[in-house]
Amino acid sequence: MKVLVPVKRVIDYNVKVRVKADGSGVDLANVKMSMNPFDEIAVEQAIRLKEAGKAEEVIAVSIGVKQAQETLRTALAMGADRAILVIASEDVNTDIEPLAVAKILKAIVDEEQPGLVLAGKQAIDNDMNATGQMLSALLGWSQGTFASGLDIEGDHALITREVDGGLQTIKVKMPSIVTVDLRLNEPRYASLPNIMKAKKKPLDEKTAADYGVDVTPRLTVIGTAEPETRKAGEIVGSVDDLVAKLKEAGAL
Amino acid sequence: MAVLLLAEVTDGELNLDTTAKAVTAAAKLGDVTALCCGASAAAAGEAAAKIAGISKVLVAEDASLGHRLAEPTAALIVSLAGDYEHIVAPATTDAKNVLPRVAALLDMMVISDVSGVVDGDTFERPIYAGNAIQTVKSTDAKKVVSIRTSTFDAAPDGGSASVETISAVANPGLSEWIEDKVAASDRPDLTSAGVVVSGGRGVGSKDDFAMIEALADALGAAVGASRAAVDSGYAPNDWQVGQTGKVVAPDLYVAVGISGAIQHLAGMKDSKIIVAINKDEEAPIFQVADYGLVADLFEAVPELTKKLS
Repeated sequence: MKVLVPVKRVIDYNVKVRVKADGSGVDLANVKMSMNPFDEIAVEQAIRLKEAGKAEEVIAVSIGVKQAQETLRTALAMGADRAILVIASEDVNTDIEPLAVAKILKAIVDEEQPGLVLAGKQAIDNDMNATGQMLSALLGWSQGTFASGLDIEGDHALITREVDGGLQTIKVKMPSIVTVDLRLNEPRYASLPNIMKAKKKPLDEKTAADYGVDVTPRLTVIGTAEPETRKAGEIVGSVDDLVAKLKEAGAL
Repeated sequence: MAVLLLAEVTDGELNLDTTAKAVTAAAKLGDVTALCCGASAAAAGEAAAKIAGISKVLVAEDASLGHRLAEPTAALIVSLAGDYEHIVAPATTDAKNVLPRVAALLDMMVISDVSGVVDGDTFERPIYAGNAIQTVKSTDAKKVVSIRTSTFDAAPDGGSASVETISAVANPGLSEWIEDKVAASDRPDLTSAGVVVSGGRGVGSKDDFAMIEALADALGAAVGASRAAVDSGYAPNDWQVGQTGKVVAPDLYVAVGISGAIQHLAGMKDSKIIVAINKDEEAPIFQVADYGLVADLFEAVPELTKKLS
């Protein structure tokens, strides 16, 4: 079975984002970008499936600007076999919506016929948590979201999901779309020799038009604002002071 | 303009607080019909009918809808979608699982985790772990929207909606439920609690986490945790507060041994009063705390618990 892993280039999770003064968006100029942390977990899981003999090939795919190539090279260095880059935007500030991404991924799935798509549960930039579910809908496949456990046995998979009250285990028919949660695994670091080798692995460059997908946004961004800032607090000297302050504030 | 609201139903029971908060947001969009579905949902339907702001309740009971598996639940919602301009649900794990599937089946975008309703087409939502608020205007014919419940007040009771029973649609048969491992708790529900006490890596061990729970009990609070505490096995995953866990906005949030990483702040910085107890005076948590105590938590927390009991 082939495993397809969509990966997204996003602002690094440690960066404190700045909203542009004109409200047009978040400042992405000269900011460190990395692979979305959830996608690293998805890549790791795909490679583990290959190492366990349950997958023959791992294909990483990224959709966005040309620079997303670096993100794909990272996936290749971790152990993916080949990569597909779909250029859908000239401008790093244009975030392609999950619906358009899902349509492009569907076209790639139709072409590549993977037995499993492993995606991150959400991207830490738009925080949508939607692409995997949308792809599953478009394909008419089963879905296993927020997975912290994945066990593939023949034509079905057992998926442990992180849900509000605890954990839920479901059994899904393969092929399936699985979106991964933080606790599924600990992603590996790419070693230097593997980073070098990754430069020679195949990376196909396509465009959204190659797949006949219109990436025009359905949601027009009217403005982006700073959240309300909290007024400065105070440091109290002792537990007694803390209790007194909380009583004064009506919190106790 | 009609709104279909997917009520939050777990094992036949309505999650009243979560649903009532979503009703407040949905009522701004139009006339609200609530859908209660599950293997058993009649009691949840009766409970939903009493929420002010709901004008009609649809109850769909079928074994295939048990545990609200995404495929049959989405198929049901899509079959009803023709009559509604908005399809809304509270942003719980259930709804996050189902709504994007519904949206894609309708060829519409989904608008996730909405924190503000400007008008029928225009919504505010946090992005980048809550470090920016984006206002978006939908050009879609139908709007599929999940509601960040922590930013809306619960609609009061006093409603008297009519209840209508409807049938499920054919189960696509793509998935089945195997088991739940529910974390048992007598404490208030984390997302609706008025007070939350959370522990982080600084607590040091699972045994010492009992200290956090004792403080929570003294305050009648729910217990939360940072990712570090969950990853280290001190607390179960469904206690995690943050960008990838639960988003809470209680009246009082007490962060103990939590440094205050961006991803944690995303889940609690809308709390009314934030208290931080940390021995590191440079910890970022003190930048959002209303009251900070720089102290060893192993001394301060038992002392605080004693003074509050």
